[in-house]
Amino acid sequence: MSIKYSKDHEWVNAADASAAVVGITVHAQDALGDVVFVDLPEVGKTYAQGDVAGVVESVKAAADVYMPVTGEVVEVNEALRADPSLANSDPLGAGWFFKVKLANPAELDALMDETAYGSFAASA
Amino acid sequence: MSAPAATPLLTTPLNALHLELGARMVPFAGYSMPVQYPAGLMAEHLHTRAQAGLFDVSHMGQLRLVGPDAAAAFETLMPVDVIDLPVGKQRYGLLLNDAGGIIDDLMFFRVAQDELFVIVNGACKAGDIAHIQQHIGKRCQVLPLPEQGLLALQGPQAAAALARLLPGVEQLVFMSGGHFDWNGCTLFITRSGYTGEDGFEISVPGAHTEALARALLAQPEVKPIGLGARNSLRLEAGLCLYGNDIDSSTTPPEAALNWAIQKVRRTGGARAGGFPGADKVLAQIDQPALLQRKRVGLVALERVPVREHTALHSLDGQPVGEVTSGLLGPSVDKPIALGYLPPALAAVGTRVNALVRGKPVPMEVAATPFLPPRYHRG
Repeated sequence: MSIKYSKDHEWVNAADASAAVVGITVHAQDALGDVVFVDLPEVGKTYAQGDVAGVVESVKAAADVYMPVTGEVVEVNEALRADPSLANSDPLGAGWFFKVKLANPAELDALMDETAYGSFAASA
Repeated sequence: MSAPAATPLLTTPLNALHLELGARMVPFAGYSMPVQYPAGLMAEHLHTRAQAGLFDVSHMGQLRLVGPDAAAAFETLMPVDVIDLPVGKQRYGLLLNDAGGIIDDLMFFRVAQDELFVIVNGACKAGDIAHIQQHIGKRCQVLPLPEQGLLALQGPQAAAALARLLPGVEQLVFMSGGHFDWNGCTLFITRSGYTGEDGFEISVPGAHTEALARALLAQPEVKPIGLGARNSLRLEAGLCLYGNDIDSSTTPPEAALNWAIQKVRRTGGARAGGFPGADKVLAQIDQPALLQRKRVGLVALERVPVREHTALHSLDGQPVGEVTSGLLGPSVDKPIALGYLPPALAAVGTRVNALVRGKPVPMEVAATPFLPPRYHRG
């Protein structure tokens, strides 16, 4: 199962469509710098694609985390809340943000694959 | 639609070195400046507190005021004792407008009885120089030094590192300075800074700035530090950032900067008043009840950073003020801020709420600096 990327620099791993994993990209955490705080969405709440679902802050900046796909949040990463630096040290693994039950899996098709995101991020 | 053409950014004498070191460059005060190096803001901040950090602050304005009347003339622009500042000593100063608002904050140094050396904020320097020229240009020579570089070396190991290049520099104490020869050029050095640490600021001819920076970076204690960490270090030290925490709409008493106004310039002093906005500023000092707002330090009681422009509400939900600088302090390891509150809510320990993304975050008024300063007072 491949990972998809949004233009807002989130990644989605939808290997399990009932609990697709969302996080911020290597590029996003690098641009932000040392992450010191995350605000995570409410479990059980449904968000539309593009909604603000959280916040990630470094010492120097704050950024919104947008929902890359429509769906209900089924789990949030409490370990990340306790240690926000996981978003820097392992953004694609232990630094995940939340899991979403996909309402419309076809939305994934419009997201970028790794190659497309790589050139998008390089030009951003 | 096309973006408006950006004004070309100026560069400091260290531009090539910043790029070589892998700095992330950002526009700041009209210059391309390093916001951080590959180590990152947090590591740079902590390194400065533990050892020594080198900062490029060449964007700041440097100028000399020369002539037998220079000190008396400069004193007419600030609520500060300039005349009695001894040769070899440095002091904090505030340029005021006619309403007592702060045009800029600055450092000035008595080079000789008839000469002052002044360092002003980069974003304000053109306006400051015009202001000084206009008001006292007939009483003394106003000599900007745009070709000079300015480096800051800050941290508990700064003196040891700098003394290896310049034996004797360790004998300076906080807020004193002097001239030193290095590799055929003259450096002007003060023992001061903007981090709360012991350290030095070094004015160096532009053509020698890179060589000096490389010689300092070759010392084992010294690493390059960007503007990001400069901001978090100064905020932990409780120091104002012009444009954020003070501006032309804030007076020194509102900004809790009365400590910068020596007794001789206050009501009853030998040279009371005689600076722009004196009636208002002295009245605010003499009758603190006149103040509508006062700058305070704040600590969040939850681990949520509270940033500039965040609204502050009283516990009963009334808007009462605003945060002007705020971040998670890397050394204090909690969210800290500066902001303005009504005097009735400005006492240390008072609780207020910051409205962060619509949610109240409890904050408590705290004494500043947030960390004990470690200046070398000798």
